[in-house]
Amino acid sequence: MTSPSVVFDRVDKTFSNGTVALKDVSLTVQKGEFVSLLGPSGCGKSTALRLAAGLGEVSGGAIRWPRAEAGRVGQSGIGFVFQEPTLMPWASVFSNVWLPLRLAGTSKRVARHEVMDALSLVGLDGFAGAYPRELSGGMKMRVSIARALVTRPELLLMDEPFGALDEITRFKLNDELLQLWQSLGWTVIFVTHSVFESVYLSNRILVMSARPGRITADIPIDAPYPRDESFRSSVDYGGYCRQVSAALHRAMEVRAA
Amino acid sequence: MTALDSRRAARMRAVQEDQSAHQRPHSERVLRIAVPLAILVALLALWEWYVVAYEVPHYLLPGPRLVAQAIVADWAVLGPALMVTLKITFSALALALVGGVLLAVILVQSRWAELAVYPYAVVLQVTPIVAVAPLILVYAPTTQSAILICAFIVAFFPVLSNTTQGLKSVDHNLLNLFELNGASRWQTLFLLKVPSALPYFLTGLRISGGLALIAAVVAEFAAGSAGAQSGLAFRILEAQFRLNMPRLFAGLVLISAAGVAIFATTSLISHLLLRRWHESAVAREN
Repeated sequence: MTSPSVVFDRVDKTFSNGTVALKDVSLTVQKGEFVSLLGPSGCGKSTALRLAAGLGEVSGGAIRWPRAEAGRVGQSGIGFVFQEPTLMPWASVFSNVWLPLRLAGTSKRVARHEVMDALSLVGLDGFAGAYPRELSGGMKMRVSIARALVTRPELLLMDEPFGALDEITRFKLNDELLQLWQSLGWTVIFVTHSVFESVYLSNRILVMSARPGRITADIPIDAPYPRDESFRSSVDYGGYCRQVSAALHRAMEVRAA
Repeated sequence: MTALDSRRAARMRAVQEDQSAHQRPHSERVLRIAVPLAILVALLALWEWYVVAYEVPHYLLPGPRLVAQAIVADWAVLGPALMVTLKITFSALALALVGGVLLAVILVQSRWAELAVYPYAVVLQVTPIVAVAPLILVYAPTTQSAILICAFIVAFFPVLSNTTQGLKSVDHNLLNLFELNGASRWQTLFLLKVPSALPYFLTGLRISGGLALIAAVVAEFAAGSAGAQSGLAFRILEAQFRLNMPRLFAGLVLISAAGVAIFATTSLISHLLLRRWHESAVAREN
C-alpha cells in the first residue's frame, strides 16, 4: 500500500483570533486505511479533518490529495459526515441524499437509482419520502452517511459522527460502517474521543494532544477484519485499549506540563 | 436498522398519516371555532340588550342589529371604499414583499450593500409614518399614490429584517457541505439560504400583512382625502362628522374583518408551506 490518499506536510493552522489549532502536523493516510484521530476536546482533530476536506486554508505547510488530483475533475471524491446529521429539514430523505449529485448537475431521474442504492446500503429502504423530523437520531445519521457515500467517494471523513447517539445504536452503526468500509474499499479518517470506538474501528490510531494541536502517537491496530462482538470482548481488544488509553494519558500530561 | 428504530419510525409515520387525515383531533378543532364564536355571540347579545334596555340613542351607540343593517344599506358607499382600502393594502404588501425580499438578498450577498443601506432602512422604519405622511402628500403625484407609499414604507421593514435574519441563520455545517460539493453561489442561495429563510420570511409576511392595512388606514386619515376615490378611513371620518354612528361602526367592522381575513390568509399560507417540516407547524403528541 504505497498510494497515499491524503498527505499533511508540516501543516500549521492558526485561527484569526490567535488560537493555534494545529502545529507542525505531518501525516500520510494510505488508500484503504481506516485511521482514527483520537484526542481530548480542543486538540484540533476536527480542524485537521476539515482541512483534509479542503474546508479552510492552512496557515503553514501543505495538504496534498495525490489521488484526487489524478482522478475525477469537478468532484472532490471526498465524503464528509458531520458531528450532527446536518440534514435539510425542509427536504425529504431522498432530496437530502440527492443533494451532492444535484449540486453537480445530476437530474432527479438520473440520480434516483444511485440515491436508492445509497439508502439501501444504510438500511433505509422505504424511507425516501420521509422527512428528517420523522426519523430517530440513528436513522438521521444513516441518512447523513448515505448522502456522503452517494457520490462514491474514495476518502470518507467523519467528524465524531456517532458521538450524540446512545451506545446500542452506536455499536450497531460501528458494525455497519465497518461492513461498508470493507465492501466499498474506502479510505476513512474518523475523528472520535472514544478510545474503545477508535480501537474497534481502525487499523491505525493517531493520538493528538492540545495547545497546540499535534500528533503525539501513531498506533497500529493489527487485529484482522471482519471485527465483531467477539473482537469487542477479546484479550487483544483489551490490550489495544490499554495501550491507546496510556498514549492518550501521555498526550494529556504533555498538555498539562 | 435496529428493531427499535424501525418500530419507532413506523409509529411516527402512523401518527403522521393520522395527522394528514385530520390535522388536529376533531374536538380540538371544534373548540377553536366554537369558543371565540360563543364569546362573540354573547358580547353582541349583551350589547344589544344594553342598548335596548337603557334606550341608548342611536347617535351615541347603535345596537349591533342597526350596525348590521347599516352595512347592508350603506353598501353602495362602504363597498367601494372597502375595495379602495384593500387595493392599497395589497398593492403595498405586494411591493413590500418584492422589495423586501430583493433587498434582503442583496444585503446578504454583499457586506458593503448591507453597511450602506441597512441603517437607512431602519431610519425609515422608526420614523412615525403619520409624521412623514404630510411630506409624501406634497411630493406624490396623487393622494392615492401617497397613501400607497406610506403603506409600503410601513409594510416593507418587517419583510426586509426578517428575511435578512433568515438568510443569515443558515446552519454552518450545511454551508460547509454545499461548499464541499462545489455549490455555486446561486445553488447555495436557492437550495439552502432561501428554504432556511422561509420561516423567518413568513413571520415577516404575517406582520406586514397587518401593518399594511393599518398604514393604509392611518395614511388616509393623515391625507384627509375625500371624494369617490376614498377608502374606509375617510368614510369613517365622514360618518363621524355627520353623527352617522351606525355607518361609523359598520366601517369599523369592515376594517376589522379585512384585518382578520388578512391575518388568517397569511397564517394559512405559512402553515401550508411549513407543515411538513418546521417545528412551529408540527402538531405534537406530548
